[in-house]
Amino acid sequence: MGGFWSHVVEPGFFQSQTVQVALLVGGVVAAVSGVVGVLTVLRGQSFAGHALGDISATGGSGAFLLSINPLFGFLGMGLAAAGCMEAIGVRRVRGRDVATGIVLGAALGVAALFLYFDTTFHSTSGAAITVLFGSLFVVSTSTVPAIVACAAGAFAVVLLLYRPLLLSSIGEDVAAARGVPVRVIGALFILTMAITVALSAITIGAILSTALLIGPAATALRMTRRPVTAMVAAVAIGVAATWVGCLLAYDSFYWPPVQHGWPVSFCIVAVIFVSYLVVDSARWHRLRRANVPAGSQDPAAAAARPLHESSTHDAEVLGSPRTD
Amino acid sequence: MFAGFMVNTWIVATIVAIVAGVVGFFVVLRGSSFAAHAIPNASFAGAAGANLVGANAVGGLLVFAVAGALGIAFLSKRGRRDVATALAVVLMLALGALFLSFSTEYAAETYSLLFGEVLGISSSELMPTVVLALLAIVAVATCWRLLLLTSVMPELAEARGVHTYRVELVFLLIVAVATSLSVPVVGALLMFSLMIGPPAAARSFTTNPFFAVVLAVSFALATVWAAIAASYTTTWPIGFFVGVLGAAFFLTGRAYAVWRRDRTGAPAARPSAGQSGATEIVARSG
Repeated sequence: MGGFWSHVVEPGFFQSQTVQVALLVGGVVAAVSGVVGVLTVLRGQSFAGHALGDISATGGSGAFLLSINPLFGFLGMGLAAAGCMEAIGVRRVRGRDVATGIVLGAALGVAALFLYFDTTFHSTSGAAITVLFGSLFVVSTSTVPAIVACAAGAFAVVLLLYRPLLLSSIGEDVAAARGVPVRVIGALFILTMAITVALSAITIGAILSTALLIGPAATALRMTRRPVTAMVAAVAIGVAATWVGCLLAYDSFYWPPVQHGWPVSFCIVAVIFVSYLVVDSARWHRLRRANVPAGSQDPAAAAARPLHESSTHDAEVLGSPRTD
Repeated sequence: MFAGFMVNTWIVATIVAIVAGVVGFFVVLRGSSFAAHAIPNASFAGAAGANLVGANAVGGLLVFAVAGALGIAFLSKRGRRDVATALAVVLMLALGALFLSFSTEYAAETYSLLFGEVLGISSSELMPTVVLALLAIVAVATCWRLLLLTSVMPELAEARGVHTYRVELVFLLIVAVATSLSVPVVGALLMFSLMIGPPAAARSFTTNPFFAVVLAVSFALATVWAAIAASYTTTWPIGFFVGVLGAAFFLTGRAYAVWRRDRTGAPAARPSAGQSGATEIVARSG
């Protein structure tokens, strides 16, 4: 038995301080990503979430240029872009696709320039890799308090605004009719999303941060339709995937084809993706056996209605609305 | 700037811009920006993989771009389209990171694949580019009416017995082909700017789909040519100029639409107005 475990967990895994920091940071970030991610998926803002991740890469590469902590680069740029996207109209479902795309395209161009300056003037040729694909194993201990503080802030916003957020996710008109300030809530949420994405950019890299935000949440929403249950499940899946990914990356040091380990970000994303596929297939087969039409049996109709999957879904999410 | 070693660059960039304008019009019309962003990223993994095993780069690009398109179509059959796209794109990017970490030219290679490399185009790459470009444009021309109909009035298309899912699949494959030919030039992250910025701007100027495509192609050509010239002069990355110019065209288009609305008092060509123009065309010809 002991021999088996020493194969699963390479000796020294839990003793290494790098690994301890990685597990702590990864766990905290995966937890807050799970909570915010469920709302992101419910609100149909996956593209905005992904765009914020890519855009924060601009901030990260700028931070390298100015030699400041990349976390603040990710955060600053993410928040600025969130404000921009909100300003040019990401609220309207039809126009926001293009609005998000334009902001994303411009920001990526600037990222290209910053990374070019990084390599040219600072000779930090690794900057592109660190910013874009990240590595949980290079997070410095001094950043940990800032990460925990940001995560707590994002979590607090969701906790405080939970009810109006959920209502406005289901339908802006419904929420507005109930007196929810839809615009303000939407703006606050996109800023929260920017903070969350900045944190996960530190963890698994800017352009992979979507994996932590959307992956566990989408998997959880495949298992349950209740938002709170889904959030708990998403946190569990996210944290587990991050830790298993760390373990795999640590073990992979002796794996072929090269003997210097696989990227930890890849391992985390792979675990998240496989768990989504497994849960999704299980649901598919269960529904087929029960002969129930799946929520999106008709793909074209699902594509035409990107915001809400089905009306039954909305009703379940709404639960028993308070009548105050 | 027009020296012998730059000739291929100008030719390929021109082809890329034409294809981006044509395909990009439908990307904007269908609201497929996310897919248009995801598929180039998928092909990034392909280029990295091809580089690793020493295969033809365009082949690698094509295989992964098509796999990405099929993956998005398959996953979105069962769930939300945006979630499916997000999952597909991160998996592909992660694979790209993995492949690159196996290779020895990690940093430089990543950078040029993501953000483009103007000077790296050899004559042997010209032929595949021309073939792929023709393929993409012929496919769009063949499916022109079907694409318009399913973009603008999906319910009517369904009622007429059009398989909207198949049309979506074909469209994603067209995006994949368009992507494969452009990634080596403008890079995976910025092919997207080229497919969104110029067409979105074009739709502010006209509601007629045909003119919108022509305008989109002209804007894309202007963007790419200016970007190459600027990149050649400053040695700054071409991606920067493509991204910023694309956004500039879009803002100009929006400003024009607002100005015209204020002047005439009539509703200007908002993003949705392009659709009503397309709707008329479809209704008239159908």
